[in-house]
Amino acid sequence: MSSATFLGMPPFPEAAEHAVRDARTRHNLHKATHTIRGKRDAVVGELGDDWARLRAEGEAVKTHTLRHLDHYLERLEESVQRAGGTVHWAADAAEANAIVTRLVRRTGETEVVKVKSMATQEIELNNALEAAGITAYETDLAELIVQLGEDLPSHILVPAIHLGRSQIREIFLDKMAEWGVPAPADLTDDPRALAEAARVHLRELFLRSKVAVSGANFAVADSGTLVVLESEGNGRMCLTLPETLISVVGIEKIVPTWSDLEVFLQLLPRSSTGERMNPYTSTWTGVTPGDGPQDFHLVLLDNGRTDVLADTVGRQALRCIRCSACLNICPVYERTGGHAYGSVYPGPIGAILTPQLHGMSSEVDRALPYASSLCGACYDVCPVAIDIPEVLVHLREQVASAPGHMGEKAMMAGAEAVFGSSTALDAAQRAAGLVGGAIPKHLPGTAGKWTDTRDLPEIPRGSFRQWWNEREEDR
Amino acid sequence: MRIALFITCVNDTLFPDTGRSVVRLLERLGHEVVFPTEQTCCGQMHYNTGYRRPAARLAVRFARTFDGADAVVVPSASCAAMIREHYPKLGRSGSRLSRRMADLGPRVYDLTEFLVDVLGVTDVGAYYPHKVVYHPTCHGLRSLGLGDRPYRLLRAVRGLELLELPGATECCGFGGTFSVKNGDVSAAMGFDKARHAMETGAEVLCAVDNSCLMHIGGTLSRQRSGLRIAHIAEILASTEKEYATT
Repeated sequence: MSSATFLGMPPFPEAAEHAVRDARTRHNLHKATHTIRGKRDAVVGELGDDWARLRAEGEAVKTHTLRHLDHYLERLEESVQRAGGTVHWAADAAEANAIVTRLVRRTGETEVVKVKSMATQEIELNNALEAAGITAYETDLAELIVQLGEDLPSHILVPAIHLGRSQIREIFLDKMAEWGVPAPADLTDDPRALAEAARVHLRELFLRSKVAVSGANFAVADSGTLVVLESEGNGRMCLTLPETLISVVGIEKIVPTWSDLEVFLQLLPRSSTGERMNPYTSTWTGVTPGDGPQDFHLVLLDNGRTDVLADTVGRQALRCIRCSACLNICPVYERTGGHAYGSVYPGPIGAILTPQLHGMSSEVDRALPYASSLCGACYDVCPVAIDIPEVLVHLREQVASAPGHMGEKAMMAGAEAVFGSSTALDAAQRAAGLVGGAIPKHLPGTAGKWTDTRDLPEIPRGSFRQWWNEREEDR
Repeated sequence: MRIALFITCVNDTLFPDTGRSVVRLLERLGHEVVFPTEQTCCGQMHYNTGYRRPAARLAVRFARTFDGADAVVVPSASCAAMIREHYPKLGRSGSRLSRRMADLGPRVYDLTEFLVDVLGVTDVGAYYPHKVVYHPTCHGLRSLGLGDRPYRLLRAVRGLELLELPGATECCGFGGTFSVKNGDVSAAMGFDKARHAMETGAEVLCAVDNSCLMHIGGTLSRQRSGLRIAHIAEILASTEKEYATT
């Protein structure tokens, strides 16, 4: 049993080159994204103009909270402590992992059950726990599939979106026995049979485990309440059955009051699963004597978020509620899948969030802002109106102003020189017209990325401006 | 009306027929077209690739060149969107660029917006006896919000049979430098767009952006598909008389 990692993956264009050739993944992704798109369109459409108002309200609540984050964080801390929980602050992934590991060790347990959580994926908590001799069991169906398959999540909401049910059947048959209750030998790829195998496998873990680790979709500053939205009820099992509950939550997940949830509990399910309401919404406030976990810890995670907050354009990415609508609509994501983004946050939101959280420290980070045609479909569907194309261009500016890419810089400078005067442009057009017919069908270098798959347009002998000037002279 | 034409660098250099069509169409509708010859490029390639300062310099050039124009018509939704949506962000507040663009920006139009909203025409007297599909390019669709304007113009063209393009609102995959920086994904998107167009049985795929058409057309041509591309201006400029000579 080993946990996979995104570390060491190639930059987006290279990963995508392989991904677009993977017929099975392309088929699975096309089918899944188009199905969710259709469902979302229906439940968003039925709200008419009210959707735009909800969206504006969601944006406003998040923007306000982020502007006064220091205030709301302290308020949340007070509220959680008042309700009997313990609050821990983690500046980065290492700190957060150390805190969680220490808290689990203190219980004497060597196993934890997990509620699906992006924050713990982001810090690669499972790997850290494994290194400390603690086994973390993913209990979300798709996360379970990914974990059993020693695979990586490829979608925020549907981590196993890249897999079809026949592949899931194979994984269950091969791997379930290593982790616990085995899959029945006669398991078929019928969705109900697969779900039943997972149910039986997980049920034993829920009943046995004394410690659970979760994230949260929202944290209410006023009351200290944490909120998880899910579809399967497995999260509810983890949140209620164990004795100890440790929740790792990004500091941007705060909303000021309980009534602010009203907006997000409408925005999130409609944007994510295309449902009016998700099947399970669990809320918990500290510790309730005699009911649920009696030891509750909240780990507030920064891990780059305050750096993002300092960027006046980029900070809007922190409004994200992890609904995945941008992934589902994205024509690039649809063709590459999530793994190509080299991060737990794939798709358009990942392309602006990952480089900002990491500080553009690697080649993978620096390639991500370019993993978009800037078509704008992500901005259209975003329930908190994150202008993803705007942030992508903003991050491209940071990449382009850093050292390196001399070829591109020379090309851009050359283009500016040509466009810097109409005389220079006219001269370039005349030169192109003269040699146009002699341009080879297949070009070397970067231009070859065009001619590999597409013909070049025919270069006309005369430009428009030549025609115009001749016409003016004839008048 | 005196209309200033911003042809765009792509049309000027690679698609002069589109420019000639715009001039022919607007003159046929009884308007005077001027072409300020100092114009070059809107700077979108620089801006979208992360080269903000060169883009700002080209924005200043545009604003100077078209200062005082009654209306600027652009046969490219993407360049019109660059000018209207992004120029105001390129100048510091209170700068000459932002003051000029606050005044000029609202009078910069994509061709189809100009025809429908300003001139108030949908039947431009065109004749084009072909089966046609229209691809709504992303910046026309989402930045400018062209809506049904291009469809209304096309439906009024005599002889033209407008077919429905499946997956019409999906990006074709051009995306400027995206087409080479992420050539494989761009090609995969372009192929799907080309396939959708081919499946309709259309003869011609039209759009309001020649840059997207260059990408889709290059894909179609590589497939030896026989489906050809045309800028919407070329369709709208076409009449029985001109049709016979082209």
